[in-house]
Amino acid sequence: MQKVTCDTLVAKACELLENGTVDRVLGWKNGEFVYDVTPALFTTVDDIKSEFVFNDFCGANFSKYLIEETRKTESKVLVFLKPCDTYSFNQLLTEHRFDREKVYALGIPCEGMADITKVKAAAGDGITAIKAEGENLVISTLYDEDKTVACADMLAERCMVCKSKKHVAYDELLGEDGDVIDSNRFDEVEKLEAMTEDERFAFWQNELSRCIRCNACRDVCPACTCEKCVFDNPESSVANKAISDSFEEKMFHIIRAFHVAGRCTDCGECSRVCPQNIPLHLLNRKFIKDINSFYGEYQAGAEAGSRAPLVDYTTEDIEPTDAVLKGASDNA
Amino acid sequence: MQINGEFQPKIVAFCCNWCSYAGADLAGNNRLAYPENVKIIKVPCSCRVNPMFILRAFQRGADGVILCGCHPGDCHYTSGNYYTRRRMALLFSMLNYLGIEKERTRVEWVSAAEGAKFAQTMNEFTEAVAALGENKRLEDLRCKK
Repeated sequence: MQKVTCDTLVAKACELLENGTVDRVLGWKNGEFVYDVTPALFTTVDDIKSEFVFNDFCGANFSKYLIEETRKTESKVLVFLKPCDTYSFNQLLTEHRFDREKVYALGIPCEGMADITKVKAAAGDGITAIKAEGENLVISTLYDEDKTVACADMLAERCMVCKSKKHVAYDELLGEDGDVIDSNRFDEVEKLEAMTEDERFAFWQNELSRCIRCNACRDVCPACTCEKCVFDNPESSVANKAISDSFEEKMFHIIRAFHVAGRCTDCGECSRVCPQNIPLHLLNRKFIKDINSFYGEYQAGAEAGSRAPLVDYTTEDIEPTDAVLKGASDNA
Repeated sequence: MQINGEFQPKIVAFCCNWCSYAGADLAGNNRLAYPENVKIIKVPCSCRVNPMFILRAFQRGADGVILCGCHPGDCHYTSGNYYTRRRMALLFSMLNYLGIEKERTRVEWVSAAEGAKFAQTMNEFTEAVAALGENKRLEDLRCKK
């Protein structure tokens, strides 16, 4: 259950649109199903009043949309940012990917978003409505009676290990700001590190071989903002999916994670959009954990203008051979 | 690759133009033997080596990949190898995390005066990779000719 209601956001958006501060609004609207909330651009008060939604399925991070949006006109666009979205926002500003002057950033508190796979597992298929009531979600389905589940049990993985409820960038804040949380988000990575080599290989082969190369993880990632992507090269022979037992998708996933290493804010969008439910955040978090352990604590996006670890160096850096051992045994 | 019933690994060695490639040259001039399994690819600087190059070599059937550059502090371009060091530290740690044998990858700093070190490094590395056997975990049938 979100603390800030949809009505509050609608009222604020309409007010800013009517007084001319902004001329369009980046927000959420319902998709085909109630849980399929999709990002949308609103330009009129009527549209906002009739279509704007805000509920436990508004996971989409709007930071990346600003790149295209701010190029369109000279006027301002209103964007709603949850705490974790503000890190991506800062990171994109650091990389000069959009014009800050053309954005009106409205920070909104977030109580964690629900994971539809968990909801479906609890309530079954054919969901027709999901209503938030206090700390619970009431789910109506085609086939069964209404089911009541606790919001806390439906949280997406990334929200269960939320790293911060603090907004690091905004023009105006709705509700109260939270704190940076000392979460245990590296626990899963550590579990993998504790496995044997063969077990790790088997784990990743099982996960990554499900990949259908839809590129959703790349397209949604607020750190993946190249105009031309190395993976769009049909000559590279990695653009397609081959039927074979060998580990085809490794190249793509290692490079995807590497290209955002040091810039990934751990927003978890990659895992959220993956249609095959591959835990892609575990690749990104490994890089974050290694960077923290090799080069000192670094949170991408916490500060606009900070220097990313991979475009920096010291003369005393750890040697790669030692790094492999340190990365594997930090917690052993 | 099997030759006379014995496994012969394919080793790709990326060598920087200014130090390590000259080191390989010196090894040759001094008649210091290193295995013919090693195929050298000359790069302008060790930091020219994109992580994709390394994965690509594995995809196309390399059994081990070694990256050689100037000693830290001696880079012809002042700081290239410092960036290499950070990148490869992260990349190799990630490969290990994915269950790829960590002995298949290595970074070694070889100066133009270290012909003996070059030969010794290549001998050691080839032996270590040979002991691991064929690279099955990172090969890619689509990329093999």
